Amino acid sequence: MTTRSFNPDVDVVEWTGAQRPYDILKEGTIAVVFVLIVVLTLSVLFGSPDDSPVTLKQWSNANPIDFATTAYQELAGTSAVAQYGAPYNSVPGTGQRIGPVSLVDLMGVTIPINTAQDFVLRPLATQLSVPAIATSLATWRHASASQQQTWLTNYGTHLPTTMHGAALVFTANDAGPVPSLIGGLTSMAQSGALDNALLSNSTSYYSTNYTEPLLFLSDGTYFAGLATTKHLAGDQWGMMNETGSFPGQAWLWLYTFLYQITPYATSPNADVLVWATMMLLSALVVFVPFIPGLRSLPRRVKLYRLIWRQHYRTSGR
Amino acid sequence: MNDPRIARQWTTRLRLRVEGTFPPEKILPDTQPSYVASWIYVFGVLTLAALVMVIVTGCLLAIMGPTWWHVSGVGHFINSMHLWSVEVFFFAMVIHLWGKYFMAAWRGGRSMTWVTGAVTFLTSIGAAFTGYLSQTNFDSQWIATQAKDGINATGAGSVFNVLNLGQMLMWHIVLLPLVALGLTALHVILVRKRGVVPPFADVTEAVSA
Repeated sequence: MTTRSFNPDVDVVEWTGAQRPYDILKEGTIAVVFVLIVVLTLSVLFGSPDDSPVTLKQWSNANPIDFATTAYQELAGTSAVAQYGAPYNSVPGTGQRIGPVSLVDLMGVTIPINTAQDFVLRPLATQLSVPAIATSLATWRHASASQQQTWLTNYGTHLPTTMHGAALVFTANDAGPVPSLIGGLTSMAQSGALDNALLSNSTSYYSTNYTEPLLFLSDGTYFAGLATTKHLAGDQWGMMNETGSFPGQAWLWLYTFLYQITPYATSPNADVLVWATMMLLSALVVFVPFIPGLRSLPRRVKLYRLIWRQHYRTSGR
Repeated sequence: MNDPRIARQWTTRLRLRVEGTFPPEKILPDTQPSYVASWIYVFGVLTLAALVMVIVTGCLLAIMGPTWWHVSGVGHFINSMHLWSVEVFFFAMVIHLWGKYFMAAWRGGRSMTWVTGAVTFLTSIGAAFTGYLSQTNFDSQWIATQAKDGINATGAGSVFNVLNLGQMLMWHIVLLPLVALGLTALHVILVRKRGVVPPFADVTEAVSA
């Protein structure tokens, strides 16, 4: 056994003074009843938000131009998800880094997404009873990669911007089967069939995995536009809010705040830098008792004298 | 206990150790030190009470499944209670945490009490976050698509896919509550074992280490 000096930030003189009555069961019961009353009151007064989820059907009917543009980007491999990199696909130079280390690249592609196949061609393959789709798919699949790219380029220079009734107006020349594929996927989405097709892409029947429909949804501007009108965009303190005037995840304020300031806001590695900062700060909180300086602040700040004012008053300190 | 074989049994050793560490007056005390006299102490038990409400309302929602509350008035009200229980829980817990910080409540061999409390706070953030992802409404869609970038950037997205409702629901109703409740139990046991930290005193003598 060794001895060391008394450290007021680590050691205490255990209490041998007066005790007072304390009914722990009564205290617990009163606390539960009090919280129950508070929760019931808040629930009656404010309820809870429940805005319906957005579907691909809703999106493609409300803004078919945006949907068709996004569908083209998925087929061409130019959408945000197609160019995302790990864990969805392999795109050199996309993994965020801290110094030389890219943790996401180290983990690799574990949720493989090929947007052309998974979001466009495979869903359309469930619609082969529609002759135009069957023909277009066969034409696409029998074409060379360079031919496909030529069609995509030609289509991309004249993306549809107008509607004729419920149908998209395609103006691109020499785009091969691309207009038919995009038009077919848009019709499929408008009927609601694409929602189910994307959900069941990776399974035979049951699915609780919404990765594909959510990624497709996030590639368009419609979903983000709705979020902005609900004050949920990233520059509106994004995901810590929820729809309506509810407190949301207020405890994420620091995490969300970091995204609003430099260097995080302007860094291409913003996400990993914010997470690294939060991990560091969390570790500081957890290990406060062992960190000199940080553990001394309470003694120096002296807020404890307010908390224990009755004790210090009676003990004459 | 005269039989040495009984004294050596794991069960006997554990019972004796528990009896020595947690005599009944520590588990269910009827007195406490006179310095425990501030409203700040209320927020610990309020956090526990709110946790009870979170668990009870969550269990009620679980009976009918994750989408019931969208189509039932009763379900929606229970969901509202679940939401506000969580808000009260975090409100009370954050005040409790700051209060304990300014009391330097880790002193006197209570560092693990602090650590378990702080880790419970972080675990609760994860539990609440997965709850938002499990709501099966616009909020869960938006929060999932926003949060994926941060989690993916750390590499954790490879095994923790926020876009996978089934996975997030399981984390929300099984894994994270188990961890949070286990840590909370450990935290309370440590509080009962060590007692409430005494006030700062002007003492400078040597202590055994």
